[in-house]
Amino acid sequence: MDHPQRLLDVQDLRVRFETNDGEIRAVDGLSFRMRAGETLGIVGESGSGKSQTVLSMLGLLASNGRAEGRVDFRGTDLLSLTPSELNRIRGDAISIIFQDPMTSLNPYLRISKQMAEVLVLHKGMSEAEARRRAIEMLDAVKIPDAANRVDRYPHEFSGGMRQRVMIAMALLCQPALLIADEPTTALDVTVQAQIMHLMRELKADFDTSIILITHDLGVVAGLCDTVLVMYAGEMVEYGPVEEIFERPLHPYTQGLLESVPRLDRRGGTRLHSIPGNPPNLLHLPPGCPFQPRCERRLDRCAVEKPSLVEVGPDRLRACHLEVSHD
Amino acid sequence: MTEPLLSVRDLQVHFPVLPQGGLFRKARTLRAVDGVSFDLQPGETLGVVGESGCGKSTLARGILGLVPPAGGSVRLKGEELVGLSRREMRDRRRLMQMIFQDPLASLDPRMTVGQIIAEPLQTFEPRLGREARRQKVQEMMERVGLLPNQINRYPHEFSGGQCQRIGIARALIVRPEMIICDEPVSALDVSIQAQVVNLLMDLQREFGVALIFIAHDLSVVEHISHRVMVMYLGRVAELSDSDTLYQHPRHPYTRALIDAVPIPDPAIERAKREVSLRGDLPSPLDPPSGCAFRTRCPKAHPRCADEVPILRELEPGRWVACHTPD
Repeated sequence: MDHPQRLLDVQDLRVRFETNDGEIRAVDGLSFRMRAGETLGIVGESGSGKSQTVLSMLGLLASNGRAEGRVDFRGTDLLSLTPSELNRIRGDAISIIFQDPMTSLNPYLRISKQMAEVLVLHKGMSEAEARRRAIEMLDAVKIPDAANRVDRYPHEFSGGMRQRVMIAMALLCQPALLIADEPTTALDVTVQAQIMHLMRELKADFDTSIILITHDLGVVAGLCDTVLVMYAGEMVEYGPVEEIFERPLHPYTQGLLESVPRLDRRGGTRLHSIPGNPPNLLHLPPGCPFQPRCERRLDRCAVEKPSLVEVGPDRLRACHLEVSHD
Repeated sequence: MTEPLLSVRDLQVHFPVLPQGGLFRKARTLRAVDGVSFDLQPGETLGVVGESGCGKSTLARGILGLVPPAGGSVRLKGEELVGLSRREMRDRRRLMQMIFQDPLASLDPRMTVGQIIAEPLQTFEPRLGREARRQKVQEMMERVGLLPNQINRYPHEFSGGQCQRIGIARALIVRPEMIICDEPVSALDVSIQAQVVNLLMDLQREFGVALIFIAHDLSVVEHISHRVMVMYLGRVAELSDSDTLYQHPRHPYTRALIDAVPIPDPAIERAKREVSLRGDLPSPLDPPSGCAFRTRCPKAHPRCADEVPILRELEPGRWVACHTPD
């Protein structure tokens, strides 16, 4: 192989949904790569396609959706696998955690049972062995008194503790790739800070690659190495995290960064806001999908869709504007 | 100083909670709001922050009489509201409107936008003619950034941000003196959040309405509020003007909350080593003795377990409930 360090190679991913109102292109020709050990942040507003991207990779789309393209994970195209083949990968080599831990855990089963199941299935462990491993993992995510708490039910944990349980469960088989879809959105800031700290530690300890989906740019700044910005199902900007925050090149990324009120920069009375509303995927505008909301729109933008162009090392952007070098 | 618009003193809102496993055991009392006092000046924005379960939403409902307070006093322009009948309370609500978190769920899906916005007018100005009402509704729609010709559309035809504008128009149409906003932007995308925050700030200046802005996002609260009240387990931890509170928090809980907010800047965010606050909010059914925050406080000492710190005015306008303020 050319790239021994390459973990994931997504080529021209397209996700479509058949609806009563017509076909929706939730993801429209997305390509990106990930190195082993990398944490990639996918940012965008609701409906930008960030969740559908990862759900399609794992064969978890709703029944009216279908995915095309290629998702190469360590040499295997995930989109070509049968459900039973995918089952061997999901929860083992790739794990996913969701926003709301309560709806992802089975409320009728003790945590010990739910965690052991994963290890018995994927690793062929005995129940006793699996239970020991589950307690170790709960310890690793800093759940106090893990040996006793392992036998509790999900509702007996607080929201933050439940998210720790989910992370412990996702890491049981030491996956090569952990996908976290808005993992801290439902949590209080104080608990969010704890979970972010935990994920930073786990990243270092387990060398897991992470795809972090979030709308919170503060969370991205704290955890990610690279950032992919999506708008209306497509990538509009990509680059290393420092570059994206210091020198955003797409007007949408710039707008997103400016519209966040920041505690470290007080003073301004008005927030910058992106005008208009998030795009309706059924009625996308001609040309660049962002042009109706773009404050620096050119005549050309409504006619010709900008293609994704490399504008620096490891730096991509889809926009007609000149790259400013200030 | 002018007479406060709203004056809340020692407000208590309690809920009976049935114990587990025993039908005949005595119900316990959850003190969701436990002795909150503050004044709201005309045209002022008071931000209320705290983790989920701190009682901030119950405080709002207690002020509006949507839950009966167990004790204390709520005076609106000098008139006591606690103890008024439902009918008497309804008349007072013309002056006190509310905006809710979930923009779509708080609008009746079977009513048109025009009917929704006009509903408070029908209650409070029943003699207004049809045409006059329609004109008022369209003026207000225009004012909050909705197209007046959309008056016959239904809520589901609007995006989240537009639905929140409908909620704002409905609250403003009877020209209240105070609006309680309960997490009005937390369900919205970042770019839309900025639009709604700017709109609220503009409308406040234009109509001179006072706002109680309840949110868990400290950056948004900082941006919009003149003064900020921090709540912990049903009590006020700190109350001060916004600039002073964020620059020099004097309650350890306020400091921890501020430190936990992720900053969208990789350099700043990665330099953070310590997690400022460990553990979860204790159960409000079984709060710690003395200072409720002591179980998570880095500065706790024996006195904190024995004695409840009272809210003291440490400097003019600066209220802190801590035995050893910073």
